Amino acid sequence: MSAILRAHAWSIGLAILFLALLGLAKVIQPSFGITGLESLARAALPFAFATAAMAVVVIVGGIDLSVASMMAVASVTAAVLMQTMPAVPAIVITLAAGALMGAINGGLIVVTRVPDIVATLAMLFVWEGVALLILNAPGGTAADWLENTIRGSFVIPGLPKALVLMTVCVAVVWVPLKRSKLGLSIYATGSHENAAFRSGVAVGKTRIAAYAVCGLFAAMGGLSLTMLTGIGEPVPGPYLMASVAAVVLGGVVLGGGIGGLLGPIIAVFILRIIRTILTLAAVDPNVTTIVEGTIMVAVVMLGALVMMRGRETV
Amino acid sequence: MTDQTDARALLDASGVAKSFGAVRALTDASLSVNAGEVVALMGANGAGKSTFVKILTGALRPDRGRVLIRGQEARVGSPAEARASGLVPVYQEPSLIPDLTVAENLRLTDTPVDPFRAYVDDLGIANLRLGALIHSLPLATLRIFDLARALASDPDVLLLDEMTAALPTDLVERVLKVVRARADAGSGVIYISHRFTEISALCDRAVVLRDGRTVGDLAIEEGVEDRVVELMLGARIDLGRRAGLAHAEARTGTPRLKVRNLAAAPKLTDVSFDLHPGEVLGVVALEGQGQDELFDVLSGFRRATGGTLEVDGTPESFGHPADAIARGLTFVPGDRAHALLAERSVRENIALPFAARIRNWGPLKLRHERDRVAHAIEKLQIDTRAQGEVRRLSGGNQQKVTIGRWLATGVETLLLFDPTRGIDVRTKRQIYPLVRELAANRSAVLFYTSELEEVPLACDRAVVIFNGRTVAEIDASEADEQTLMRAAYGLAEEGAA
Repeated sequence: MSAILRAHAWSIGLAILFLALLGLAKVIQPSFGITGLESLARAALPFAFATAAMAVVVIVGGIDLSVASMMAVASVTAAVLMQTMPAVPAIVITLAAGALMGAINGGLIVVTRVPDIVATLAMLFVWEGVALLILNAPGGTAADWLENTIRGSFVIPGLPKALVLMTVCVAVVWVPLKRSKLGLSIYATGSHENAAFRSGVAVGKTRIAAYAVCGLFAAMGGLSLTMLTGIGEPVPGPYLMASVAAVVLGGVVLGGGIGGLLGPIIAVFILRIIRTILTLAAVDPNVTTIVEGTIMVAVVMLGALVMMRGRETV
Repeated sequence: MTDQTDARALLDASGVAKSFGAVRALTDASLSVNAGEVVALMGANGAGKSTFVKILTGALRPDRGRVLIRGQEARVGSPAEARASGLVPVYQEPSLIPDLTVAENLRLTDTPVDPFRAYVDDLGIANLRLGALIHSLPLATLRIFDLARALASDPDVLLLDEMTAALPTDLVERVLKVVRARADAGSGVIYISHRFTEISALCDRAVVLRDGRTVGDLAIEEGVEDRVVELMLGARIDLGRRAGLAHAEARTGTPRLKVRNLAAAPKLTDVSFDLHPGEVLGVVALEGQGQDELFDVLSGFRRATGGTLEVDGTPESFGHPADAIARGLTFVPGDRAHALLAERSVRENIALPFAARIRNWGPLKLRHERDRVAHAIEKLQIDTRAQGEVRRLSGGNQQKVTIGRWLATGVETLLLFDPTRGIDVRTKRQIYPLVRELAANRSAVLFYTSELEEVPLACDRAVVIFNGRTVAEIDASEADEQTLMRAAYGLAEEGAA
């Protein structure tokens, strides 16, 4: 039990911080309640998927700057397809396209040996162009029932449907993956590539697989955008930097090998609720971003200090 | 012997060749291992041992030659394939993943847990915790785990690369016992080590590599050490005349460096020597005997864990490279890439040390700089347009720049770490006089080299380090390769120490 606690110490710490911030929101604005939670979860949805996508490639020791662009491609693909076909096949095609885009990113890095940051920067522009080719202005449509799957609460009030959907989608991919040999290989490659290679891990294939999973999560993010707005949006949103921020705050080490998806997703909610609180407290929106940045540095620094203490006492 | 294909051979590699660009690392390497045999693979530094190991284990693909395992052409294109065909290596550096637990590392290589646990027990590590993170464990434990994991995967051929380096004596004994038992049970073992005592205790045969080819395959018997040393040396290219050594009055007065019983984790345990102004002192050691730690301590990259260091008679303990530099100790790393600004011109690189010495802020005195640089380049015989970027120079010329700039600047104590690695013979011959000239200018030079024949050419004396301790101090006039090699392999402990 204590081992589990220790392994998830960072996520637990973040969850406590999130609950404290929720309490603070309630204090500042007593009318903050179920509706507030629901809209928070809805707003967090695309950020959470973008963060999950980024976390997987950071764990394998890389980075993908094209996450937001892939989301845009997925968003317009889904919106265009749903004009002519039922929602389910459209979703399947979109998810497959996402995994394919990710695999292309990964393959490019592995085969050409161009550094990941350069390769995915280039692909950021490529996917952005692809999205605009598919749909050159916001448009298309989304099935009505899809929009309803993220509106309101699930079974009990206060449990937003958006949160349930996100948890299910991430868990369906991540839980089996993490327990598989591939998941272990992803962590091994990110932790020490050479040792992983010598242990018989197919490092290149592992990396491509991780980027494909990243693309899959990005496609889910793009779908969630279409579900939220009811249309396809070809211009990438502010998800790149936000996802890197949440990944770092969520305890994933840039450089690879350490962390999971739970921490980063809780971090997304923390970053969103800080924004809500500052809005409720009528803080100047320009000051808001300064506060967000400061909190991020402070939390990561504090966490590193706590970790170092912990390591010394072992 | 070497090209014979034995029906019993578990592993049979023959005619293996590999080049890296113009450098021919291996030309004709062969090795065979039979069931129940432990074969030592030996060779001096640069003989091609590590390239051969990489090819056998699938980390590199050979240009020519073949590797048969149980008579089948082995597909060893990657470590995974080598493992699948029955060859499991234990490398010098543990290949366990630092951020995973012991259990996860076992799962990664599909190693069964129970035999692993049994081997760990046999090897003398108590209280195995499968949930422990690798990066929280000490190095010796990791090496044992790496070995136990290899054994537990039930290999046909086990390859151990410097398995016992950095292990305490009691663990070494257990390792030898377990490895011998494994061979007796029918596996083949390739054992790479610099330690003759272990090799004669454990091995059946020794295969000797020199200059990229297999030059001998000997049964281990009484007196085989001398034969192996002879084979490793072979006939050498003449690198030039012995430097005219004038050091009659050199060793009087306060030494520039006085090192006593110096120790630094993990490998340096007890090193002592004096280095006087005007002297070049060679350091001779096989790879990984503690010389890296010695140079790290002297240049302030690492703190000593024991012993004393005096500079000009004052005790010192450097906490930062800047402290060492302030006391006049200048380190020239073996890797040129760490010493030069490759994108800048030769002129700027030579001028950098004096720029760093300027104590007042403001513009550099360019004319002054130009004069000194011109002087230095002439001395160095760098065949170049001095305005060119350093990275466009050949490796040898780059190395001349890293040493020669100290000649231009003036330096009290120079710590040279293997300055001639990978450099052609002609340039080497130009480097020794540079080193001698530094000494003639009253600099003190500590000169580690992995090439024994350089010692009498550049040094006045040499200290030999084996297993973290100084085992001999040899005067240049007596420092022929045979003597140095024997000392470096720990065979001459009763000698001049």
